[in-house]
Amino acid sequence: MNTESWTLLIVGITFAFYLYIGYLNRVRETAGFYVAGRGVPAIANGAATAADWMSGASFVSMAGLIAFLGYDGAVYLMGWTGGYVLLALLLAPYLRKYGKYTVPDFIGDRYYSNRARAVAAVATVFISLTYVAGQMRAVGIVFSRFLQVDIIMGVVIGMAIVAFFAILGGMKGITWTQVAQYGVLILAYLITAVAISARLTGNPIPQLALTFSDIAPRLNQIQIELGLKEYLAPFQNFSQLNVLFITLALMLGTAGLPHVIIRFYTVPSVADARKSAGWALLFIAILYTTAPALAVFAKYNILETLNGKTVQEARSIDWVVKWEETGLLKLEDKDGDGRLVMTSDNATSEIIFDRDIIVLSTPEVAELAPWVVGLVAAGGLAAALSTASGLLLAMSSAFSHDIYYRILRPDADERQRLLVGRATIFVAILIAGYFGVNPPGFVGEVVAFAFGLAAASLFPAIILGIFDKRMNREGAIAGILTGLVFTLVMIILIRSDRLLGTEAPILNSFLGVNAQGVGVYGAILNFIVSYVVSRMTPPPPEHIQHLVEDIRVPRGAGAAVAEH
Amino acid sequence: MNQQQQEKAQAYWRANVRLITTLLIIWALVSHVAAILLAKPLSGITFGRIPLSFWFAQQGSMIIFVILIFVYAWRMNKLDREFDVHEE
Repeated sequence: MNTESWTLLIVGITFAFYLYIGYLNRVRETAGFYVAGRGVPAIANGAATAADWMSGASFVSMAGLIAFLGYDGAVYLMGWTGGYVLLALLLAPYLRKYGKYTVPDFIGDRYYSNRARAVAAVATVFISLTYVAGQMRAVGIVFSRFLQVDIIMGVVIGMAIVAFFAILGGMKGITWTQVAQYGVLILAYLITAVAISARLTGNPIPQLALTFSDIAPRLNQIQIELGLKEYLAPFQNFSQLNVLFITLALMLGTAGLPHVIIRFYTVPSVADARKSAGWALLFIAILYTTAPALAVFAKYNILETLNGKTVQEARSIDWVVKWEETGLLKLEDKDGDGRLVMTSDNATSEIIFDRDIIVLSTPEVAELAPWVVGLVAAGGLAAALSTASGLLLAMSSAFSHDIYYRILRPDADERQRLLVGRATIFVAILIAGYFGVNPPGFVGEVVAFAFGLAAASLFPAIILGIFDKRMNREGAIAGILTGLVFTLVMIILIRSDRLLGTEAPILNSFLGVNAQGVGVYGAILNFIVSYVVSRMTPPPPEHIQHLVEDIRVPRGAGAAVAEH
Repeated sequence: MNQQQQEKAQAYWRANVRLITTLLIIWALVSHVAAILLAKPLSGITFGRIPLSFWFAQQGSMIIFVILIFVYAWRMNKLDREFDVHEE
C-alpha cells in the first residue's frame, strides 16, 4: 500500500473512533454538557487537557519554531508548561471547590456583580474567539495538506466532525474524544522522534540523546561554520528582557485561558483537580521535551544532507523531491557555483526550508514505513480537532450559561438551557469556520492577543478573588478593565504595521518589551489598580468573605455538585 | 465557626500558602533564574554534552515543573488530613 492509501485508512479509522466515542457520551442534562457531570477521573482529564492544549500548530510547527530560534525557543517551552504550575497551585483546586460551571461564574459570584460577570464573559468570548480564529486556519491547512483537499473543504470537514461530538455530547463528549485524540497524537509524535533519534545518535530516547550525545554541539558547530546564529547560545533572537517577559506572559496567559481553566471543573473532587493538573502537565511535557530534541535532529539532518551538495545530488534523494514540490523546501543554486550553500540571509541562501517541514518530513527522512506518515497525519488532525472543540465549548458556555442564563433569562429551565447551549456551540462553529476560510490578516498576532489578554484580565482577577479576602467588586472591575485596555492598545500600537496598515509600528516596544510580552505589564497594572481601588472602597459583604473562606478548604466539594 | 475552628482554618491556610511559596520559588529558580537571568554564566558549565543553562531552558525546567505539581498534590492531600478538612 502507498503512503496516500495508508493516510486515508488511518485517518478514516481514527475519525470513526472519535465519532463513536462522541455518540457513546451524548448527554441530556446541563451538568453533563458544561462540566461532563464532574465524573472525569483525574488522569483522563489530564490527557484531555493535554490534547485540548496542544493544537495542530504546536504538533506540526513547534519543533520547527525551536529549530529556527535555537536556545530562545525556550520561551515557548517554558512559557507553555510553566503556566500549569501556576494553574495547579493557585487556581485549579479552589475553582473546583467553588464548583460552578464557568470562569465568569466564579468572577460574577465572587465579586457579587453581574457587571463583573458580563465583563468576564465578554473577555472569555473575546480570548477564545481570537484563539480559535488562528486554530481554524490551522485545522484547514492540516486537513488540506494531509487529505489533499482544498483549505475550504478541509475547514468544512473539520467543522462537521467537531459539531457532531460537541453538540451531541458537550463537555462530556469532547473530553472523552480528546482522551482518544491525545493517544493518537502522542503515539504519532513519539514514533517518529524515537526512530530519528535512534538513527542519528544510536540512543532511542530523544530526551537523553539530546543531552548526552554529541548531536547538539555538532549542530551548533555547523551553524557557526555556515554563519548562522549559534544554536546553543542564549539571546540570539530575542533580548534577555524579552525572553523573560515573553516567558512570563505565556505562563500567566496559560493559567488565565478559559478553555484550560474550565477543564478543572470536570473532575470529581479537589484532590483530583490538583492531581489532574499534574497529569496534564506530564502528558504535555512528554511532547514538549521531545520537541527540542526533534528540532535538533531534524535540523542537523537537513543541513548535513543538503549543505554543500550539488543540485543533482540533492534531487536524487526522494524526500527532497517530494518536499520541493510542496514549496516547503526551496533549492536554488543562486551563485551558479554548482553547490548548494545555506546562509543566514534568505536572499542569498540556496537552501530555504519552511519550519513545518521539521515534523512533517521526519518519517521520510528517517526512512520509516509509509503507515507512519499516515499516523503523523492522524496525529496532526487529532491535535487540531481537540483544541478547536475545547475552545468552542468555552466560548459557547460563556455565552449560553453566563450571558443568557445568568444575566438575561435566570428563569430558563434545564431543557431551554441545554438547547441554547447546543445552539450557541453551533453558531460558534460557524463563526470559527468563517475565520478558517477567511482568516483575518493578523492570524500570526492572535497568540500574542489571546495570551496577553488572558494574562492581563482573568488571571489577576481570579488569583485576587481567592488569595485576597478584602478584594471587592470595584477593585476587580477596575483592574480587569485596565489590564484589558492597556494590553489591547499596546499590542495594536506595537503591531500597527500589520493591524492598522501603518508604514512602521507606531511604538517599537513598551519599555523594551515586545507585543508578545507586554501582557505582563498589563497583569502588573491590573494587580496594582485592583489593590489600590479596593482599599479605597468598602470591603466586600460578609457572605462573600465566607465564600472565600469556604473555597479555601476542600471539604464539601461533593456537596457543591449535588446542588445542581 | 467557633474561635478554635477559625484558628485551625487559618493555620491550614498559612501552611498551604507556605507550601505554595516554597514551590513557586523553585519554579522561578529553574526557569527564570537558571535559564534566563543566569543563562550566560551557566552556559560555561556543561551538563552531558550541552550547556547547563540550555538543558534547564529546553529540558530541565519542564521536568521539574511536573514534579512540583505532583509534590504539591501529595503534600496538600496530607495537609488536608492533618487539619481534618479532606473530602469524605
